[in-house]
Amino acid sequence: MAQRVVILGSRSGLHARPAATFVQAAAHKTVRVTVAVDGKPPVAADSMLGVMTLGAAYGDQVTLTAEGDGAEAVLEELAALLSKELDA
Amino acid sequence: MSASTTMTGYGVSTGLASAPLIRMTPPVITDPCGTPGDDPEHEVQRVRQALAQVAEQLAAIEASGTTGAILEAGAAMAGDPALVQAAADHIGQGLPTAHSLSLAVDGYCSQLESLGGYMAERATDLRDIRNRAVALLLGVPMPGIPRPGHPFILAAEDLSPADTAGLADSEAVGLLTERGGPTSHTAILARSLGLPAVVGCCEAATLSDGTPVILDGEAGTVEAHPSSERRQQALEHARSRQQPRTHGPGRTADQHAIALLANIGTPRDASRAARADNEGVGLFRTEFLFLDRREAPTVDEQIHAYTQVFTAFTGRVVTVRTLDAGSDKPLPFLRLPAEDNPALGVRGLRTSTIEPGILETQLKALVAAQQRTGVQMKVMAPMVSTAQEAAQFADLARGHGVQTVGIMIEVPSAALLAHEVLRHVDFASIGTNDLAQYTLAADRTAHTLAHLLDPWQPALLTLISQVCSAARALGRPVGVCGEAAADPLLAPVLAGLGVSSLSMAAPAVAAVRDALARLTLHECKELATGALSAGEPRTARRMSGTFLGAASERQEA
Repeated sequence: MAQRVVILGSRSGLHARPAATFVQAAAHKTVRVTVAVDGKPPVAADSMLGVMTLGAAYGDQVTLTAEGDGAEAVLEELAALLSKELDA
Repeated sequence: MSASTTMTGYGVSTGLASAPLIRMTPPVITDPCGTPGDDPEHEVQRVRQALAQVAEQLAAIEASGTTGAILEAGAAMAGDPALVQAAADHIGQGLPTAHSLSLAVDGYCSQLESLGGYMAERATDLRDIRNRAVALLLGVPMPGIPRPGHPFILAAEDLSPADTAGLADSEAVGLLTERGGPTSHTAILARSLGLPAVVGCCEAATLSDGTPVILDGEAGTVEAHPSSERRQQALEHARSRQQPRTHGPGRTADQHAIALLANIGTPRDASRAARADNEGVGLFRTEFLFLDRREAPTVDEQIHAYTQVFTAFTGRVVTVRTLDAGSDKPLPFLRLPAEDNPALGVRGLRTSTIEPGILETQLKALVAAQQRTGVQMKVMAPMVSTAQEAAQFADLARGHGVQTVGIMIEVPSAALLAHEVLRHVDFASIGTNDLAQYTLAADRTAHTLAHLLDPWQPALLTLISQVCSAARALGRPVGVCGEAAADPLLAPVLAGLGVSSLSMAAPAVAAVRDALARLTLHECKELATGALSAGEPRTARRMSGTFLGAASERQEA
């Protein structure tokens, strides 16, 4: 099982537009990825509503988890995305 | 053919429209006791297909760029596999298909609503997705704005922001609602789109789809089955309205200046208003830039945002209102306590007693953006109640380098003591929506109190008149930036009372400019005296209509 912890880089949090960008990137992966923030159960990274209802804010620690072939590379890519400003 | 009948409501956006009426399709409420499908797997597949089709529709709307933030990322929500799974769980328990989807959506809506603010508003979008998908599952007409393929007057019980997302590019030529008042969402939207509108017309419920009507957004009347002669008249009126007769700065017939300004909030409003014929911005609602923020915006971010808006208005004036937030308009980064009666709670300038740093940061950013762009900036505080508050705000703003400082007059105490309050500042702007709500003790959001919120109420006009007299004695200019400023019949009355600028939704400016140009200042004053003593709003409004009609006949003769 691979895991990454990343600090959320979108100033407005994971609201609709940044969440959509992230979910879209997670949707076409061969491995199942989950996202979690402190104190809430993890949600599927390809679920728009799941990611939105995390209510992740700018600066929050977000944990990405994946299992299977190529998990490391997928997490690398998704973690890089989360740490950026996606609301530009 | 039926004889012509006339109904009355509140005219909230001027103009005359003639077209068949078409009712907005209401969403279906799903039945929990319906018959479940035979094959659960097939039912889940139907849900998946319906949601995919809705996602496609929303992606097309988003691509056309007309809905802005209102349906933001709707396609991504509709395409969420977790939503199908949640519905599948209910189907698996033997529930009917459409109702299963309803329950799945309700689950996510309550989660979004518990997050508050921006996320809570996305629940409205999600319900819209549900309504569309349910219509597909049940094979009933799609809810929302009709697409009949010809011009029509959109009728509804009331309209919400989600309902009206696609209105700008539809063929609706007028709006008619059974509920709502002069400050309702429908009224504000109609003015910003320049569509004639009548709201609060309960009799409209009796009109069936396809009924030909003439809607008069000035008189507030709806005429069903009009004669062909009347229809022709309406069409000609609409055609001439599209070509404003006057241009440039606002003037009365005798060249007395009344500045005509735009109200802006979002960057989109700003760029649209910047391209239009007006003298600048009379109300820049800065909180609209930061509604979904959970951390206070930094100085740099604010400088960036203000610089963009100021640059668009180079050479014109921009009147900025400092953050106006409170429990009814929560800004998540302002950690305000919950209140039982938010309209009377910690709102507007009052929030700065809890979080003074936020106002100071904003003032710093505004001055920096002003220096960068050289725009003519004025800064005013919302919800000022006492002379002491006005003095404190003025000291703070001037201390940060703001050159022209003002206050909004929205609270009756500030209007009654305008001679004290205005001593401390350079100008005042009257927010008629809140001033009406507080003066007549009528909740702005209460449908049944629309008649009390009418800007023609003599008590409200009397307060405006008092503020103008006090300001004249001190040599301070007074503007109006509430909904009242967008009414072409009321504009000459306000000018006659002594108001020197009117700020409104950008598309409303042309009609107000035309109305002002028809009368001399002296005539405006006569009209104002008449309106103050008319006793009730309807009489005053009718008088102004007659007065303006006579004046334009004189000019055309």
